[in-house]
Amino acid sequence: MAHVHGQELPASTAENMEAFFNGLWNQNPVFVQVLGMCPTLAVTNSVRNALAMGLATTFVLVCSNTLISMVRKLVPKQVRIATYILIIATFVTIVDYLIKAISIPVYKALGAFIALIVVNCIILGRAEAYASKNPVGKSMLDGLGMGLGFAFALTCLGGVREILGAGSFLGIHLFGANFQPWVLFLLPPGGFLTLAAWLLIFSSWKARPRKKAEALEEIAA
Amino acid sequence: MNQASLSSIFLDSLLINNFVLSVFLGICPFIGVSGKFATAWRMGVSVIFVITVSSVLAYASNLLLVFLHAEYLRIIMFIVIIASTVQLLEMFIKKTSPVLFRALGIYLPLITTNCAVLGVALFQTAREYSFAQSVVFAVGASAGFALALVIMSVIRERLELSDVPGVARGTALVLMLAGILSMAFMGFAGMGGGA
Repeated sequence: MAHVHGQELPASTAENMEAFFNGLWNQNPVFVQVLGMCPTLAVTNSVRNALAMGLATTFVLVCSNTLISMVRKLVPKQVRIATYILIIATFVTIVDYLIKAISIPVYKALGAFIALIVVNCIILGRAEAYASKNPVGKSMLDGLGMGLGFAFALTCLGGVREILGAGSFLGIHLFGANFQPWVLFLLPPGGFLTLAAWLLIFSSWKARPRKKAEALEEIAA
Repeated sequence: MNQASLSSIFLDSLLINNFVLSVFLGICPFIGVSGKFATAWRMGVSVIFVITVSSVLAYASNLLLVFLHAEYLRIIMFIVIIASTVQLLEMFIKKTSPVLFRALGIYLPLITTNCAVLGVALFQTAREYSFAQSVVFAVGASAGFALALVIMSVIRERLELSDVPGVARGTALVLMLAGILSMAFMGFAGMGGGA
């Protein structure tokens, strides 16, 4: 956080917004922190799967961040990681049954990766780095921001892979009958290459102001 | 009960459906500790260790859960088993072989959050493997993880001194290499026709 207070003040709106947008953009879990790679690569062969995974992870993040923040003063330091994992695993079990009840095709497409949300390092990371130190409201917003940032990144990947690999977006065909799908993008190598391309775009975009400053210095010199 | 033969399960989990390059499990350690060959093979060996032991324990505990009709506790049970396996293994290695313990160092505790470990436990349950099939699957999958890790570490050591553009250094480069490796591993699909 940018501001450090001597005592615990009620969180202002600006601080709450900061906690929320931090995860969505500045500290995006996938593009900036490069966390949670396994689901990012595994379930993004279509926009529908990517969105479902993003929302499921958001649900677990918000719930676990809230509960962990509530009990943060009750849990002894030595057993905190084990407690966090048990809390997270409980919410993942809930999500597992929830998705099974809502949509069987999505449940089958995501497969074991729903259960694997437990070991998604974003969730344990936020529990340890944020929820265990901050009040309930801010922790909830942090979870929501991080979760939506994760869902946004997954949709970016899923969009590229579905458009190139199947010529459709959310199952709607975009091109005519003559479209030759680039099937490689639906297969595992496509996941690695698409994510590499997004990371390149992000890092060159972030390096831009620095380059401009360097170029100006060169002209001045 | 699954009818697949032991040798086909082993080949399938080692090469055809390699855990890192085509199922996307254990990507974080794959990116994180593939910088040097010396650390990569040590990580590989400890993962083979942990996955094999936790697979056996997960098989036993799943029998218990099915007997008690408490399958909804599966995820929680498996994660507890993995965390305690890693902890026990750490204590065991420290007692019996301090040399190996020093060599593995911080990599042992990190394995708890390696999703390949939980992945093996979940897959062997979902595919209803028998005990022997589970063990072969665990050894094959973890050896596949170690293989991918070692290949990547050797490539990265080679690229250490080459001229890579600034923006591509780090994770993006590793992902591009992984994409090419994954394409190469797709060639194995002809060996058994996928799972």
